[in-house]
Amino acid sequence: MNNEPSNENKIRLETIDLSVFYGQNPGVKNVSLQIFDKQVTAFIGPSGCGKTTFLRALNRMHDLTRGARVTGKALIDGTDIYDPKIDPVTIRRKIGMVFQKPTPFPTMSIYDNVVAGLKLVGIKNKSLLDEVCERSLRQSALWEEVKDRLKTPGGSLSGGQQQRLSIARALAVEPEVLLMDEPTSSLDPQSTNRIEELIGELKHQVTIIIVTHNMQQASRVSDNTAFFYIGNLIEFNKTTKIFTNPDQKRTEEYITGQFG
Amino acid sequence: MSKYLQAELIRLKKRFYEYCALVEEDVRNAVRSVYENDKELAMQVIEKDNDIDRLEIEIEEECLKLLALYQPVAIDLRFIISMLKINSDLERIGDLAVNIAERSVRIIELDQKNPVFDFTLMCERSLLMVKNSIDALIELDEKKAEAVMEADEEIDELHKNVFKKVGDALKDKPNSFEILSQYLTISRALERIGDHATNIAEDVVYMINGTIVRHQG
Repeated sequence: MNNEPSNENKIRLETIDLSVFYGQNPGVKNVSLQIFDKQVTAFIGPSGCGKTTFLRALNRMHDLTRGARVTGKALIDGTDIYDPKIDPVTIRRKIGMVFQKPTPFPTMSIYDNVVAGLKLVGIKNKSLLDEVCERSLRQSALWEEVKDRLKTPGGSLSGGQQQRLSIARALAVEPEVLLMDEPTSSLDPQSTNRIEELIGELKHQVTIIIVTHNMQQASRVSDNTAFFYIGNLIEFNKTTKIFTNPDQKRTEEYITGQFG
Repeated sequence: MSKYLQAELIRLKKRFYEYCALVEEDVRNAVRSVYENDKELAMQVIEKDNDIDRLEIEIEEECLKLLALYQPVAIDLRFIISMLKINSDLERIGDLAVNIAERSVRIIELDQKNPVFDFTLMCERSLLMVKNSIDALIELDEKKAEAVMEADEEIDELHKNVFKKVGDALKDKPNSFEILSQYLTISRALERIGDHATNIAEDVVYMINGTIVRHQG
């Protein structure tokens, strides 16, 4: 296994021997990985390789899965996110998530969708909410398209717009890290392109981790790539290295389509 | 998807190897035409150049198509990029073989004995470099590729000697200028062939392990 650090950037998130079990079965085995600040890290690998399981472990999503158990450490800025004293809600504010399918609250207005996270923690100041709504929609490159209809339901937007709305909602609480689980797999090429451009812009502000089935997407958007196979981290390297001359034979076999 | 790319790559490889064989044969025949005063053989080399040019374009188009359609990565990407580069080196080698053949025709027309030197060794060495660079490519043999790179110095040295000998001979026999210039051109072409064989060997190393070894000497 190769865990070459990508560069001199600060480490934002780090796992040490992190394993995720479903019952007795490990879905992810002893993964040690460093996620660098304000860079995009892509997780690739065949279905069932553990990439999404690992991603979900990074903001304690497995707390909600019956029979799931996480061992090892996951640190954000040196603090263990699995520390029993830490509230998972606090963690999820720091580490936001965008899912495969857009997840707007369909009947809730665009505006309310964006500020839902803030309202949840009791923020009611109208001018603050307005400000956050506009900032988040601008960050997610949706503002120009929806600024005149903020009161219409989130469900009225197109698939690509809904996904950008989901991103705006995740950004509204100012996360440090954004986890994206196949964020474009249900979108058409044009919407996919918008999201990929957005990732390129957002990485200057947040640290992004993206799980993708689309290897070209990983090569287009990420700075570093981690290749997972049967629950193991096989190789973690700079994306340019992975896609031109990977260190591990299995990585090469996978990305050139010889298995998976 | 990958199954189709792999099938395409196998097809490209087969075509490419045929092209390599054609170029290698051209160099061999061009050199032989000089040795054996064989005008017919020289003419064959000159005529065959069109085939080489056509193949060069076909292979380039094929590589560009694979890049556009399959977005290959890792070894597949390195393979296609190397093919593209080696392709143009081979075409240049083909052109140099034509240069040699043209000089050969002129030498036969002049009907004069080579007054200065024997460049059997130089012919052998550059032919061997071409052969070994192509073998290294087909067998993906890094050691063989490295041997080609090392051999380049010897050819350069041999060419320098020829240059010096021609200079000296010109002082003695100024009226032998034309025949000497034919041989000098041949020597220069052989030296350039060695350079292109070296380029091929460098690309073979890149294809095998991803290291760019140019400009390290």
